[in-house]
Amino acid sequence: MTELFEGLKAAFLLLVRLDADLVEITLRSLQVTLSALVIASAIALPLGAILAVRRFRFRRATIAVLNALMGLPPVVVGLCVYVMFSRSGPFGVLGLLFTPTAMIIAQVIIIVPLIASIAHQSLRDLWAEYHDLLISLNTTQRQRIATLLWDGRRALLTASLAGFGRAIGEVGAIMVVGGNIDHATRVLTTAIALETGKGNFALALGLGFILIALAIAVNFAIHWLTRTEVEGRW
Amino acid sequence: MVKTILPLEISNASVRRRGKTLVGPVDLILAEKGFTTVIGPNGAGKTTLLRMMHGIERLSQGTVTWHGPNAEVRGRQAFVFQSPIMMRRSVRDNLTYPLTLGKTPKTEARQQAEDWAERINLKSALNRKATVLSGGERQKLAIARALIRKPDILFLDEPCSHLDGRATREIEELLQGAHEKGIRIIMSTHDMGQAKRLASEVVFILKGRIHEFSPADAFFDTPGTNEAKAFLSGDILE
Repeated sequence: MTELFEGLKAAFLLLVRLDADLVEITLRSLQVTLSALVIASAIALPLGAILAVRRFRFRRATIAVLNALMGLPPVVVGLCVYVMFSRSGPFGVLGLLFTPTAMIIAQVIIIVPLIASIAHQSLRDLWAEYHDLLISLNTTQRQRIATLLWDGRRALLTASLAGFGRAIGEVGAIMVVGGNIDHATRVLTTAIALETGKGNFALALGLGFILIALAIAVNFAIHWLTRTEVEGRW
Repeated sequence: MVKTILPLEISNASVRRRGKTLVGPVDLILAEKGFTTVIGPNGAGKTTLLRMMHGIERLSQGTVTWHGPNAEVRGRQAFVFQSPIMMRRSVRDNLTYPLTLGKTPKTEARQQAEDWAERINLKSALNRKATVLSGGERQKLAIARALIRKPDILFLDEPCSHLDGRATREIEELLQGAHEKGIRIIMSTHDMGQAKRLASEVVFILKGRIHEFSPADAFFDTPGTNEAKAFLSGDILE
């Protein structure tokens, strides 16, 4: 219990002092996670809509695989990305290992199935609602997908926020591909892991509280910006 | 571009699902002008017949032929469903949606939406969400959304089935106005009074088969089949 209070105190002091290292790793956490989120959403949301609207041969198998991939072990993803981007790997020439870019790639791989699955679930329901109307209006596949993405945007926001939650708290993959290098690839989660390893629980907890606060603040900001729950009944 | 996609010719068309024939075989020709009501008891196949004509129900056999190229045909029809499908958008955006699909300029689409909203007494609700409208308002909006593209033919599947007298009257006025402007209307209904008020011809359907297709006056005065007589006298048809 004492350690929790120490942690809160540490978090408070770090924030009050506006510790330079803290600011740096917090900004890096946000940079990596938000970049991964934007890229993953750009892939996963249309993918979810395509799976809802289009009928093709291996559609059900694709959905089953996507759902299964939601539970992808991050450390295994990290290992795969490591192998691909290591000097002897197929993309080794790009020299991306132990850079924030590699961390973003790992996070994109982890959260795409999660966002796509949740997006597909909600867009499938919306498609069931709109099906007859959009068919009757003779819309093209592209128009149907665009309509679902627009009209289902609030549910899709939830899907993206779920991806954000998974990415911001991710440690296994980014530790492997980023290496937790000070002033280069250290982020809040890897810093927490490092401080815990050193037995510095108060600081680790302090960073943990800041991470939680950051996740909540980003969620609030996105809800506020998109005016969710402000108007209408949906 | 052809002047009209009518007449509509249905030849030996059937819809079967899971081994059961829902409608057909149907042979029917619908002329360029008129107001057709499709009547029959529950489960007779009214909705399936309308969907079949509109092309959103897959045929198991036969053909539905319009007088025009396929690419043009669907865009010149409109369908209003029994439970109006409201897009999760404002009244204005529901009205402009079909126009934006057709690449109508935004300002023109908005102007047309405002005109239609005024016609259906929803101008003050233009910025409200369509999903919070009452049943009657939703159905009026669905009809306006269907008519805004100026279709040659409008299908309506029991548009007044859940509405009170006042809302029904408003919708009938809307439909009569559209009919007077030359839009071909095909509507299914349970309401014999409504069929008498609106229809110029009647299709009587029972167990998926068309039993009668005749001018409305003739159908209501001297029905030609025993089934139609029984239906009009209020008997329960099995």
